[in-house]
Amino acid sequence: METFETTLGHANIASVIIFFLFVAITLLITYWAAKRTRTTSEFYAADRSISGVQNGLALAGDYMSAASFLGIAGMVALKGYDGLIYSIGFLVGWPLVMFLIAEPLRNLGKFTFADVVAFRLKQKPVRIASSIGSLMTIVFYLIAQMVGAGALIQILFGLPYEFAVIIVGFVMIAYVLFGGMLATTWVQIIKAILLIGGATFLVIFTLAQFGFNPINLFNQAAIKYSDAVLSPGGFVTNPWDAISLGLALILGTAGLPHILMRFFTVPDAKQARKSVFVATGLIGYFYILTFVIGFGAMTLVGQDIIAHFDKGGNMAALLLSEAVGGRFFLGFIAAVAFATILAVVAGLTLSGASTLSHDLYVNVFKAGKADEVNEVRVARIATLCIGVLAILLGLVFKGQNVAFTVGLAFAVAASANFPSLVLSILWKKFSTKGAVSSIITGASLAVILIILSPTIWVDILKNQQAIFPLKNPALFSMLTSFIVGIVVSYFTKEPEAQNKFEDEKLRTYLGIGSE
Amino acid sequence: MSIKTEDVRKILESEKFKMLVMKRVSVSLTLTVIMLIVYFGFILSIAFYKEFLAQKIGDYITIGLPIGIGIIIFAWLLTGIYIYWANNKYDKSVRELRNQILEK
Repeated sequence: METFETTLGHANIASVIIFFLFVAITLLITYWAAKRTRTTSEFYAADRSISGVQNGLALAGDYMSAASFLGIAGMVALKGYDGLIYSIGFLVGWPLVMFLIAEPLRNLGKFTFADVVAFRLKQKPVRIASSIGSLMTIVFYLIAQMVGAGALIQILFGLPYEFAVIIVGFVMIAYVLFGGMLATTWVQIIKAILLIGGATFLVIFTLAQFGFNPINLFNQAAIKYSDAVLSPGGFVTNPWDAISLGLALILGTAGLPHILMRFFTVPDAKQARKSVFVATGLIGYFYILTFVIGFGAMTLVGQDIIAHFDKGGNMAALLLSEAVGGRFFLGFIAAVAFATILAVVAGLTLSGASTLSHDLYVNVFKAGKADEVNEVRVARIATLCIGVLAILLGLVFKGQNVAFTVGLAFAVAASANFPSLVLSILWKKFSTKGAVSSIITGASLAVILIILSPTIWVDILKNQQAIFPLKNPALFSMLTSFIVGIVVSYFTKEPEAQNKFEDEKLRTYLGIGSE
Repeated sequence: MSIKTEDVRKILESEKFKMLVMKRVSVSLTLTVIMLIVYFGFILSIAFYKEFLAQKIGDYITIGLPIGIGIIIFAWLLTGIYIYWANNKYDKSVRELRNQILEK
């Protein structure tokens, strides 16, 4: 193995300072936001005061998790071209969010995507079912983020894992509890700018070593390893696997509750579509950067060393940042990675809290009759519950291999949330029983099949042969969810809901009566 | 804001509104299908026809690199096309219809 000097794993003054600066600034913003967070519309939706560009940045901030920054760069560093397949899948969902969902969602909904699904159907059963889909997605995503946070901070700062999880939990609870959506949005915006700025500098420093010509970088990588790093390799062994994973990535994006919730923060449908345009551009640019970062790490740091620090390659971007920018720059990138986790977890928590308070407490338990003050109080209690749950999940799953939970979150989002949302927007004959059975089928199939798949049955439970052959169940669970939703709706006709569908068109397409 | 139900019915049943809804659904479904064809074309060529993406276009550079990066840029441009259509065509009809309803 080549020798490689790194300070990774030792306390880095620069990163501690930058991280504390980030926390201090975001807490100040939270203090400012707290004074503007009294009503439900303020708590859940920043009083619909966020502009399209701001929301685009915040959407990008919500979506670009540490897993996509560190994980994809690492995958590219170790596997080359194959890493790009993930980036593309994660991006392609965004245009679909724009074409199918963003505007009707904004026009029909109030605070959560369940508002849209339940719009013309029977509130209680639909809200309960869609809460199950939402909460499952959020909890699976939270597990990955919290365990990732603990492990990352342990490596970066030398802090104990439990301590790291608790810090992330408390700071994030402070943002959401006091500052609601307004504070969470600004945390996302700042984090998105830091992350994209940091990645841009990392790419500039890297390309400086190759005469600012990316082609030289790719050539060097091919010379150092082999031509194979620039072509598709062993990633796709089974085409059905690839299609199923692709569906989970793109349709899952369109069913993530914390992403969907962001569309209620803008004033109207026009700003909603603008925000997707901005977000897609930023996320696409970011994924192109991570591709270059991955190849930079492969060439300048080396695959052996990257794999030595972390088998999955998660440290590639950080090792590269020290190699090209020195210790201070490593500190900066490490602090950005930490801030990234904090922001994503805050977005998830707010979304989980809104499901508990708005969907379950107000619309199911109170049958839609709760006053403002009461609902905001319940939303804050729900924030505490989800925040504490996040900390507990981080502690319970310490040291477990939880990488699959992101795939699972996307599978549930694609199979439970996406079909019911699309059918309720586009299909007149969608009925209450159809919606409920579609959501329950999608959610339970996604979970059951992933347990029986090679991802858990073989890799984690160490069985010889998987019972379900695909690594990601979305192809099967999503299609079944659609079929069940359609068939059940045909057998349980709801004329009242069909009439309402015609009336809601005024709101869906013209925005008349939207909140 | 109070809108009479018979006025709403009239608008909902007007040719203009029906055209608007049809146009919007067909534009979004067309763009969705284009995106899915491009994406799954890429995935299927990885699965069944790796040689295509592995073709060299430089000393080492493969055609897969510009295609992969190109899909990311294409996805973004597609959202731009939609925005252009929505801002210039769709919003104009929406404004006209809204005025018709809210004036009454």
